[in-house]
Amino acid sequence: MSKYTIQGATGEWEVVIGLEVHAQVTSNAKLFSGASTAFGAEPNCNVSLVDAAMPGMLPVPNRECIRQAVRTGMAIKAQINKYSRFDRKNYFYADLPQGYQISQLYHPIVGEGQLVIDADEKAGIPEDKVIGIERIHVEQDAGKLMHDQHPTMSYVDLNRSGVALMEIVSRPDMTSPAEAGAYVRKLRSILRYVGSCDGNMEEGSMRADVNVSVRKVGDSELGTRTETKNVNSVRFVQQVVEYEARRQVDVLEDGGTVDQETRLFDPGTGTTRIMRSKEDAHDYRYFPDPDLLPLELEDDFLEECRASLPELPDAKRARYIDELGLTEYNARELTAEVETFARFENLLAATASGIGKPEKDVATQVANWALSVAPGIIKSLGEEANPAHATAEAQASILDMQAKGEISGGQAKEIFEIVLKTGREPEEIAEAEGLKQVSDTGAIEAAIDEILANNEDKVEQYKGGKDKLFGFFVGQTMKAMQGKANPAVVNQILKDKLG
Amino acid sequence: MTDLTQLGIKAIRDGVADGTFTAREVTEAFNAAVAAADPLNAFLVKTPERALEAADAVDARRAKGEDLGKMGGVPIGMKDLFCTQGVETTAASMILGGFTPTYESTVSQNLWDAGATMLGKLNMDQFAMGSSNETSAFGNVISPWRKSDGGNAALAPGGSSGGSSAAIAARLCPAATGTDTGGSIRQPAAFTGISGIKPTYGRCSRWGTIAFASSLDQAGPMARDVTDCAIMLGAMAGFDPKDATSLDLAVPDWEAALSDDLKGKRVGIPREYRMEGTDPQILESWEQGKAWLKDAGAEIVDISLPHTKYALPAYYIIAPAEASSNLARYDGVRYGLRELPEGAGLQDMYAATRAEGFGDEVKRRVMIGTYVLSAGFYDAYYTQAQKVRTLVARDFEQAWDKCDVILAPTCPTASFALGSLDDDPLTMYLNDVFAVPASLAGLPAMSVPCGLNGDGLPLGLQLVGKPFDEQGVLNAGLAIEKRAGFTAQPEKWWS
Repeated sequence: MSKYTIQGATGEWEVVIGLEVHAQVTSNAKLFSGASTAFGAEPNCNVSLVDAAMPGMLPVPNRECIRQAVRTGMAIKAQINKYSRFDRKNYFYADLPQGYQISQLYHPIVGEGQLVIDADEKAGIPEDKVIGIERIHVEQDAGKLMHDQHPTMSYVDLNRSGVALMEIVSRPDMTSPAEAGAYVRKLRSILRYVGSCDGNMEEGSMRADVNVSVRKVGDSELGTRTETKNVNSVRFVQQVVEYEARRQVDVLEDGGTVDQETRLFDPGTGTTRIMRSKEDAHDYRYFPDPDLLPLELEDDFLEECRASLPELPDAKRARYIDELGLTEYNARELTAEVETFARFENLLAATASGIGKPEKDVATQVANWALSVAPGIIKSLGEEANPAHATAEAQASILDMQAKGEISGGQAKEIFEIVLKTGREPEEIAEAEGLKQVSDTGAIEAAIDEILANNEDKVEQYKGGKDKLFGFFVGQTMKAMQGKANPAVVNQILKDKLG
Repeated sequence: MTDLTQLGIKAIRDGVADGTFTAREVTEAFNAAVAAADPLNAFLVKTPERALEAADAVDARRAKGEDLGKMGGVPIGMKDLFCTQGVETTAASMILGGFTPTYESTVSQNLWDAGATMLGKLNMDQFAMGSSNETSAFGNVISPWRKSDGGNAALAPGGSSGGSSAAIAARLCPAATGTDTGGSIRQPAAFTGISGIKPTYGRCSRWGTIAFASSLDQAGPMARDVTDCAIMLGAMAGFDPKDATSLDLAVPDWEAALSDDLKGKRVGIPREYRMEGTDPQILESWEQGKAWLKDAGAEIVDISLPHTKYALPAYYIIAPAEASSNLARYDGVRYGLRELPEGAGLQDMYAATRAEGFGDEVKRRVMIGTYVLSAGFYDAYYTQAQKVRTLVARDFEQAWDKCDVILAPTCPTASFALGSLDDDPLTMYLNDVFAVPASLAGLPAMSVPCGLNGDGLPLGLQLVGKPFDEQGVLNAGLAIEKRAGFTAQPEKWWS
């Protein structure tokens, strides 16, 4: 697939996208108060005196929120600013009790960094692409207005007021809806690896402001951009880009100009509409918050942050390929989500230790099981399956039996089905249900002797050069053994006997 | 029996401790004085019952032989900028009308923990913005002092801690809390013949104190003499993890280390403080102060603080800028006044509430502050003022090479008639000209009374010290106090 462009009446246009992602910091307490951050509490239950901006209340920075922002910065290979400062962004709104938001305009805590979006041929991303990240700063979230509680009044819920957000600002380095989507997915994955944000877009713990502009293919200057606020899913981000790019091209080709404005996305129609124009833009009167001293990070603290970082998606993927011998595809699939790799690594460790072999010897088998076999069975059983029964131990014991040749692939699936339905032990199932391969050469040999004796003509043909008949003998043997013979043993004995 | 209202902190504390009198007797005497002083309008809220209860608790602890604390049994006045649990706190503004905190400011809590008790909440300039107490929404405080010309013109008690200064001078309380953003402890102390110290920025927690300008606001004691200031500051100060700008330093025992022996100390006299328009009697008192400190053993040295003249304009940019933001929370949504005209939307409610709730001076400063932070003006005003602030602080740093403490007048004039500067905010702002540099630099500074002028009105001298050197300031103040022998009191015309 070629470069993403929009065909207009006057020529081809390209789109330039930058994203500002607001990610709620995972922390028990708010950025400047001790109040809880738990989602779903009754309105105004997670509110301290500071969050309600009572007279004389003062903010005190929460070290854990700072730590999470620093760790996130490290995960995107960014410069960590040992000196940063909080600024007040002043405006009046009922969801903002202080009358200002404490943010970081002039000296953010995290500077220049980057992340890599993965190649995806189908989506039109031919190769891995580096997206620049300009900065990450931390700031307070606002409260929430509730307009449906009273016929003439609006209510204010301050539970979210003061919750810590990271604003992660990308460079305008993306040029297609697919790239924008891939960026959000990758960023979300990194945040979840690091544990600094749960990435839950539905609950609003991650949302994006989407900046879009268009220009004629080949132009070097950026067009005027619009900013669409608070977009809360990957699909919606892509829709915003598609809609805005098309809209702007239409405006420009009709001889109009794109206004630098703030827009809102309507998920129902997939369109955007104006929220406020540049003329209505607030003058936020930013200035350093005099209630807070500059934030100065010490080397020990940075060292602790760095040491606490887990293996990140790109490094993990490379290790899966280089050390475990997995395919590019499997490695990518397994490392995309925290839950996926965690399940895989548990299962891999249990399987390898059960069978007494290095992990790399069983990695491909475990990967195939984890990515396609097991999910397929779980899906096909539907309601009948109890996923809680799919423990790492149970699956590892199935994989162990399979690797040792005690059960066939088909038997493995059958055993897993029973495990999912009943929670019984796999070994016990294999024994009790007769789901084991016969590796006893005596029994197999007897069966083969009988088959060869009954098919002398075919033996002759085979010996005369009709190699394809080997499959026939295997089939007959397996049939005679009711499918439970170990295929490797059958093959070996047949080869010996047929010469 | 002695008139207990004539006693200061030390005398009361020691007298209660050794059983000369009870805390209840002291409190009853001051409750009576407060009740009889309504014409001064110094108290916004009186809490006589609460004071008696607390006094009884002190007496009960004494009966059990327990330690009574640094200020055991001392009843004080509380400036209405400090949030007091269960007692209405308005900062003398209509916009906080009826606001009763559910929490106690750190400074007031520290005082109660030290055994002090509360007589009531003291009037002040609205949100601590003013130098005469005329910006209070609940009527101005009237100074107990009158000119010796036999007239009865009402005079300003100074501001913003004018309720505090008037109440102490009138013997309604032995001491009171003040706050000083650009002279609000020192100027009213000077106007009323009492002592007051603003400690190093960060000594006293700002938690629970209604904010005016966060980077400048600092609480401090106002009392009859230097010793009482040392005792009370010791009870108020201390690190507070709830205030990110609080100083994480131990609180020295200032009272124990008090000494008026200044041998080996150098006292700097800043030549830039010799400003045009300063009352000649003030300049005379300054000369007298030099002589007293010399007498106490100090060496007098001339110093230069070259950026002094830029300090006041810089202050009147920085303080309003911070105030414009700090006061944004008074919006009618959660507490205090709410004006909701028929059919009003959110913006209308804000506008109506703030128009009704804020006084003129507060509005003026909110508008100045909003203007200097606006896009296009920020660099020319706010950034520039911050640079001046840095230079003013550097002036002091360099001065400390030459001297240990600085002596200067507290204000350019003595108290003036209420109403005389109504239409002249700039002249009003000039009251702070000598006080503001130490505020911008965050330095400890105090005013001590040094005598009366020709009109029979008190004058004060100011001492400014190195960061964290409250002791040096208190000791120099004590040296002046001992030599000035200031004992004058206003004649009691109000009851």
